[in-house]
Amino acid sequence: MSIDLSVWEIVIGLEVHTELATRTKLFCSAPNEFGGEPNTNIDPLTLGLPGSLPVLNEQAVELAIRVGLALNCTIDRSVFSRKNYFYPDQPTNYQISQFDLPINGEGWLELPSGKVIGVERAHLEEDTGKSTHVGGGGRIHDATYSLVDYNRAGVPLLEIVGRPDLRSGDEARAYVSELRAILVAVGASDGKMEEGSLRVDCNVSVRKHGDAELGTRCEIKNINSLRSLGRAVDYEAERQIDMILAGERIEQQTRHWNEDEGRTLKLRSKEQADDYRYFPEPDLVDLAPSQEWIDRVRAALPILPAARRHRLCERSGADTAQAALIVERGLDDLCLAALDFGADPSRTITHAEHNLSDPKALELDPEMFAKLTNMDADGTLSSTQTKTVLAELVQLGGDPGAIADTHGFKAMDSGELDSVVDQLIAENPEQWQRFCEGDPKISGFFVGKVMKATQGQADGKVVAGLLADRVPNAAKE
Amino acid sequence: MSSAIDIAASVQSGERSAIEVLEEHLGAIAERESEVHAFNLVTTDQAIAAATAVDELVAKGGPLGPLAGVPVAIKDNLCTRGVATTCSSKILEGWVPPYDATVVTRLAAAGAIMVGKTNMDEFAMGSSTENSAFGPTRNPHDLSRVPGGSSGGSAAAVAAGFAPISLGSDTGGSIRQPAALCGVVGVKPTYGTVSRLGLVAFGSSLDQVGPFANTVAEAALVCEVIGGHDPGDSTSLPQAFPAVSEHLSDGVQGMRIGLITEMMGEGIAPDVAKRIRAAAEWLAAAGAEVEEVSVPAVTYGLSAYYLVAPAEASSNLSRYDGVRYGLRVDAPTTGEMMELTRTAGFGDEVKRRIMLGTYALSAGYYDAFYGTALKVRTLIRRDFDAAYERFDALLSPTSPTTAFSFGDKTADPMSMYLNDVCTIATNLAGHPAMSVPYGLGDDGMPVGAQVLAPALGEVAMFRVAAALEGSLV
Repeated sequence: MSIDLSVWEIVIGLEVHTELATRTKLFCSAPNEFGGEPNTNIDPLTLGLPGSLPVLNEQAVELAIRVGLALNCTIDRSVFSRKNYFYPDQPTNYQISQFDLPINGEGWLELPSGKVIGVERAHLEEDTGKSTHVGGGGRIHDATYSLVDYNRAGVPLLEIVGRPDLRSGDEARAYVSELRAILVAVGASDGKMEEGSLRVDCNVSVRKHGDAELGTRCEIKNINSLRSLGRAVDYEAERQIDMILAGERIEQQTRHWNEDEGRTLKLRSKEQADDYRYFPEPDLVDLAPSQEWIDRVRAALPILPAARRHRLCERSGADTAQAALIVERGLDDLCLAALDFGADPSRTITHAEHNLSDPKALELDPEMFAKLTNMDADGTLSSTQTKTVLAELVQLGGDPGAIADTHGFKAMDSGELDSVVDQLIAENPEQWQRFCEGDPKISGFFVGKVMKATQGQADGKVVAGLLADRVPNAAKE
Repeated sequence: MSSAIDIAASVQSGERSAIEVLEEHLGAIAERESEVHAFNLVTTDQAIAAATAVDELVAKGGPLGPLAGVPVAIKDNLCTRGVATTCSSKILEGWVPPYDATVVTRLAAAGAIMVGKTNMDEFAMGSSTENSAFGPTRNPHDLSRVPGGSSGGSAAAVAAGFAPISLGSDTGGSIRQPAALCGVVGVKPTYGTVSRLGLVAFGSSLDQVGPFANTVAEAALVCEVIGGHDPGDSTSLPQAFPAVSEHLSDGVQGMRIGLITEMMGEGIAPDVAKRIRAAAEWLAAAGAEVEEVSVPAVTYGLSAYYLVAPAEASSNLSRYDGVRYGLRVDAPTTGEMMELTRTAGFGDEVKRRIMLGTYALSAGYYDAFYGTALKVRTLIRRDFDAAYERFDALLSPTSPTTAFSFGDKTADPMSMYLNDVCTIATNLAGHPAMSVPYGLGDDGMPVGAQVLAPALGEVAMFRVAAALEGSLV
């Protein structure tokens, strides 16, 4: 079955862990690098050796402040706590995290659609190592032996906890996509979901429209792409609705997204909360960034994706979907620079949306791009010719006028085109008869012939107009 | 045996070689170590190499540090590069640190020669050194009695003349109490003045490294060498250690000194109380204004301490799981391996405190136990602050009794915990305190006087201690 969204409301809240792009780990000087031979990016603290002590990485704090400001969060005095649990990939068997006093409080993020999603908090914590369980079912409890790589242990993470304001898989995807764009924009993360730089835990519940209470939620882990996120949400919502319709109770669970099977599977029940015995980390002092530091970080923040979209719409008349795509491709600066050189706004947006997907487009000379949009708009070049010139401009650079000349592109004299059309009508009376009778397929025949005769210099739309003008009035009625 | 200061002077002047000094001390160790058992390990080869290096430096004309050629014993919970560090626990079996603790580095840079790693109560949990997995240390003054603890080995090493100075750690009295019981000077500096980097953690918010010595002046010098800011310890204060040595002969004329009422009554042996009253009288005679002062919250110190310290310990000691280093007891699954390793590797007292701390931090109990303990900590600090508005330093016994006999208090953990009743509040407040010998009890065993001061009040504290020491000469 599919979900009847007129009855059911899906409620989604996301917890996004992002690895911060620092040079070293959160509490020591071991390098923060992806990959590498197992257990090479380690030092005494990474291994939890006796006598080792944590020292907070200032760069990680600065990146957390940048993200906090970009998400309109408050930047607060915060405290590190220990989250105690035994697991071999956690070298000290406690994780240093922030519990009741996170660095970033209450904020929000605006989706390209204009919808505002609340952010509850964002806190700093250290990552764990990676376990590989060999033998048995590949799980820790039945493995023959386990291998642990501590390269990732101690890498700084920022956990961004979103409010349950999302209402569909598509919206969840848009949220993560927007968050990723912000993280990349402020230099906090490379945003690579496939390398684990960005990890999404997804809380899903369902309720009927109008219900005041939220339904019981399940947390889905192991979501490794935006596509999986949408699929996992849809699957999980449907599973929960089916259960409710069957009169069953939803149990609060942690569930595992299985990409191959396209479904979520129960990992463990969350009915009984784990007791992590949090207490303030005595090896660290309170973190209280000065107002002066926060102001300095704020002043240095780059322009963020939402502001880029607004700016582009205002200057060019692009719609929100176009602006979202262009900003995502990083082409908005090029478009604005081209407009500064007097580019045709509508053609600028159309080309950025459809004809500039090649990454080399980012290096396009805005002045030359502007010149081309005007040659396109004033009919100097046909749309086909414009595309050809643009493609060459992207690959090799140069002047669009010169490129057009080397191809022999020039605007057809309208009288010249008239005579070509008249001659073709005279040479193909049968086909012309069919055209006049309204056979839609035959239009292409004439346009093709004109293109061939003019070596592609004619504009297809203009030719279609000339043909339509020649149909006798009687045939139109 | 000569003092650390005399040794350094004679080595610097070329009058004696570091090797000669070392051999003298290794001789003393050879003579009595089998009965005292101050050491888990005597590092003869490393010591000879280090002393030789000092002598070569002397031959080259320096530069020489203030502890050139001075033998030092190091508590076995301080990491020493290439030398086993056990915390007197089976669980660290086979582990050799790849680094030196900051205090060890600073001692070596000052020219000191490490002669060995000293015995202790396992993970510094205890007051008699009977909780060592490698057998107890004996009090050099009377081998039938305990040396105190947890730094019993370091106190005994100095008392037996194995080294003129040693390092211990003090979480609730673990330097001061054994110093008192062994008749030597022991200092617990202000929290944050001496780096904890490389000190194996017990109660991180309470732990502080400090020296043992035969005299106040030697202890002062060691504090100045090991103290001062360390960027590797986030709780390290940004300044240098207070310059105490230059004030040792300032006297106590005009100083205001308070005798803590709560530490002079019930539970304090009459012979000990008598010595402390004598100390107070002497200080008054030397020109100090001495009065009794009440610091009411200290009576809750023991209860608060036995929540805070075990809570932190339960977390600090969770890393000993057999996965990465130390003892591993193999088992079919990782979980069972961790459980069997910890069951076999930890002694009873350590297990008792891990359970206590785990319980104190558990959901539903946190507020009642750990939360309340933190409030008591604030109260203790507040009551001390009030006292220090009127007094420059405070005075009390270090330990309620002189050294007790083996097995006296092992059956009842609570009676053992009560041994720290005078020392614990200082750690909860983060303040400095030191023990200085002040005569003998009725049993002929040493009595220690405790001098307490506000945070960074080491100058006042050392002035009082030096004056008390001087009164006995």
